[in-house]
Amino acid sequence: MQIVHFLSATAIPMMIVIIIAYGIKEKQKVFDIFLEGAKEGLQIVIQLFPTLLGIFLAVGLLRSSGVLDFVIQLISPITNLLQIPSQILPLAMLRPISGSASMGVAVDIMQQYGVDSIIGSITSTIMGSTETTFYTIAIYTACVKIKKIRFVLAAALLADLAGMITSVIICQFLS
Amino acid sequence: MLNIIWPAFIIISVLYAFIGGNIEEVSNGIFESSSSAVELTITFFGTICLWNGIMEIAKRTSLMDKITKLLRPLIHFLFPELKNNKQANEEISMNMVANLLGLGNAATPLGLKAMQTMQKENPKKDTLTNSMAMFIVLNTASLQLIPTNVIAIRSSLGSHSPSGIILQVWIATIVAAVVGITATKILMKRF
Repeated sequence: MQIVHFLSATAIPMMIVIIIAYGIKEKQKVFDIFLEGAKEGLQIVIQLFPTLLGIFLAVGLLRSSGVLDFVIQLISPITNLLQIPSQILPLAMLRPISGSASMGVAVDIMQQYGVDSIIGSITSTIMGSTETTFYTIAIYTACVKIKKIRFVLAAALLADLAGMITSVIICQFLS
Repeated sequence: MLNIIWPAFIIISVLYAFIGGNIEEVSNGIFESSSSAVELTITFFGTICLWNGIMEIAKRTSLMDKITKLLRPLIHFLFPELKNNKQANEEISMNMVANLLGLGNAATPLGLKAMQTMQKENPKKDTLTNSMAMFIVLNTASLQLIPTNVIAIRSSLGSHSPSGIILQVWIATIVAAVVGITATKILMKRF
């Protein structure tokens, strides 16, 4: 476990150093490039804000009205049986449909149950290991005007499901 | 999709609160949710801009080319039909590297270019080829070395160990990718 922790902690600083060292070796103006990229990041965050606001409103209402607790209670027999924390279900259902909406839901879950709790780890792992499947399929096929996608949706959703189940198991195992 | 889900969530919640008698809490919650969206966005300015800046440097160096070379055997295994299509091979591997480095914004345009290259050799223009199907499934599996966005969110939320989920993400991603690849290899023979 300590090795895992050490690797996790060193991965990011190491990666930053390697990238910057490469930039210097190849005589790039690393700071200027950094500024350019950071400026692009501003754009991403600004575009994300309206979605976050909308999702926080809807999910906040679901929670404060008691609907979310009611639904969680309703499905808890099934989720208990499968040993899935029912709190992550809203995320699991939204994840393939919308990237920014699922990010909003993920943040809400982590704030509610604690980012370092098991539920927080599962939520993070799901966000890191799955993609917005519907969106990805839509843009990749639309750009070449393809209509018949054969089995791709089924295979992709199966992969998502496998990723989510693994997230639940591995986070409980490693905690 | 969200045009249906979003209003449904709001209307159901308000009606439920009205019947249940905790409409006051719901009323307070509305303004709380908007200020927490603002708070989160402000911390995102720091974390997401930082990563974007670092990754922009990675994009301009030869680091990408080096990793691309490492991926060659894997690409031959996944896309046997593209053995002689050098351009498609190159674009696919660049897309995969961008994904691996967590450069979502760079990965998508590269991926779309690869799709267009593969479409040139597609005999049935309205149907996906096997290689295209494999390529899309790989892109939905989110192969990532460093899940930068998630780490950024975790540190925004005050985690003690924002990067502490890297190993978990690797394992989950690999399982998802292996399941996706296997399903694709099996299903492409039948459908």
